[in-house]
Amino acid sequence: MSGEFTWDFIVGHMNYWLFIVLMMTGLYIVVAKGNLVKKIVGLNIFQTSVFMLYISMGKVTGGTAPIFPADMNIDPDVVYSNPLPHVLILTAIVVGIATTSLGLALIVRIREEFGTIEEHEILDIEKAIAAAENKLHGEAMGGRA
Amino acid sequence: MATETTHHVAMTLSDHLPVLAILVPFVAAPLCVLLGSRSLTWPITFLASAASFVISFLLLLSVIDGGFISYHIGGWAPPLGIEYRVDAANAFVLFLVTGISTIVLPYARESVKSEIPERHHTLFYACFLLCLTGLLGVAVTGDAFNVFVFLEISSLSTYVLIAQGSYRDRRALTAAYDYLIMGTIGATFFVIGLGMLYMATGTLNMADLADRIADQGANRTVRAAFAFIVVGIGLKVAIYPLHLWLPNAYTYAPSAVTAFLAATATKVAVYVLMRFLFSVFQPSFLFEVNTLEFMIIPFAILAMFAASFIAIFQTDLKRLLAYSSIAQIGYMLLGIGLLNESGVAAAVAHLFNHGITKAVLFMGVGALVLRSGGSFFDRIEGMGKLMPWTSAAIVIGGLSLIGVPGTAGFLSKWLLVQGALEKGWWPIAILVVLSSLLAVIYVWRIVEAMYLRSPASDIEAKEAPLSMLVPIWIMALACIYFGFATDITLTASHTAAQGLLAGPVGLN
Repeated sequence: MSGEFTWDFIVGHMNYWLFIVLMMTGLYIVVAKGNLVKKIVGLNIFQTSVFMLYISMGKVTGGTAPIFPADMNIDPDVVYSNPLPHVLILTAIVVGIATTSLGLALIVRIREEFGTIEEHEILDIEKAIAAAENKLHGEAMGGRA
Repeated sequence: MATETTHHVAMTLSDHLPVLAILVPFVAAPLCVLLGSRSLTWPITFLASAASFVISFLLLLSVIDGGFISYHIGGWAPPLGIEYRVDAANAFVLFLVTGISTIVLPYARESVKSEIPERHHTLFYACFLLCLTGLLGVAVTGDAFNVFVFLEISSLSTYVLIAQGSYRDRRALTAAYDYLIMGTIGATFFVIGLGMLYMATGTLNMADLADRIADQGANRTVRAAFAFIVVGIGLKVAIYPLHLWLPNAYTYAPSAVTAFLAATATKVAVYVLMRFLFSVFQPSFLFEVNTLEFMIIPFAILAMFAASFIAIFQTDLKRLLAYSSIAQIGYMLLGIGLLNESGVAAAVAHLFNHGITKAVLFMGVGALVLRSGGSFFDRIEGMGKLMPWTSAAIVIGGLSLIGVPGTAGFLSKWLLVQGALEKGWWPIAILVVLSSLLAVIYVWRIVEAMYLRSPASDIEAKEAPLSMLVPIWIMALACIYFGFATDITLTASHTAAQGLLAGPVGLN
């Protein structure tokens, strides 16, 4: 990995550029958006970027799908792609789906309890609860809280 | 398949112990849901956890002298197959996790009844078992990607368990959501790091990774992978600036869940961090030494002081203890950062001691919540008279948290000070003592509220039920026992530290 920033370097690492762009887009949405559903969407994009990284990693130049012929007569000249990263990502996709569905289920429950899915409104409600608690329990403790 | 290499194939039941420790709770979880019987759920959960505990104890006994057990899943030899590798360090973690869950479960029965509607109990215990499975799996596996899978199993069930606190306080839902976002970002960072390691080395087996990284030395890919992995696990450990999910999660989760998680989840994450810092990457790399000295140690010291300081001013006892947990994680990270045997042994010992200490405290608080209806300081005033046994156990836990001689907490802090002095870093030794003084202040606040004030008028004067008192006192006595019988912890933590610091052992 030399430091030369040539055209070949840029094009040759296309999959990494795409990975970084997707990853940063997802992370930015998670951080910047106030809507809880949008945060989950951002999280999904973030995770998908990692899937892309792994899948592109397994590609071997000129390689074909790693499926052996039924008679197991393997031609030594045929180049196969590396299936392991792909298999790993199958697991990661399952994890991603579980995370998304759990996140969405939590959002449904938050909507039921708070009546909103906007972060700043939820924070306002929580601040009000905390202030009321501090007043109640603080006074009971003689204002020492 | 791999049957030619007979030594890879486990023949007797005792050879299968590493995988059985995981399988028992893993199979029990769907069993609970499929049977759908409320009366059977708890016994199944308890039996599964107890069986795992016995297995972990047997595993600990067989590796305490410094060896390791390598178990090949499905008979496939590593590095291609998944390997479970048990050595002193992770057998100790397995022992802690299963021990805590087995003791917390009898306690949970009463506590869960009062905090969660009955129709959710079956699913609650199933989630508890899955969480246990995940934590055990993270500890036992020798395959880096397997760590991620188990980490997510435990995390996903943890989010659900925390959200169950919503029947008491709706803020549990937002706490669980925040943890979900941060936990997923952490886990994804971890996977990115693993991906880079795989690109650089072409393997995912930890021992094999260690060999190949040592061979090729530090290149940019390995360094980037290191950064991603440390930050990713750091989120799970709640290293100081990455701790924001922890206070709310611990405060609003059901009492039994808080007791279980505080004693196990962050400890397992600390273990993973140690495994990657010492077994996969070697401390001989300059980038790692620099990270430890200039990032981990300063943040650890910051956590020791800042989090303890924040804890002093809390009005909610549960939240106070949550901040104290962040401070205690600082001690473990400091021990890791010292990079000598005493320091790492201190980290391992503190991992165990703090686990049992926080289990007493959070279980005690849960009992107070059951009787007084809240964990705010004005609700626990005068509890020393109304609930003498629970309060006394909380005081013992508090003393162990400070590190008073004769309690478990003293041993690990002593080791930590010793490690700092061996390195000639005496200012750090002084800082450890000074930050313990902050713990004196917040523990004194608890004692003052419980013993020197009169109870609120509307609280019913009753001791906690026996099913809660017994687990609390088992843990409280363990705090004292491991404070006097220091041989067990010392031997195990020194063996673990030697094993971790010895560098790569390679595939057998």
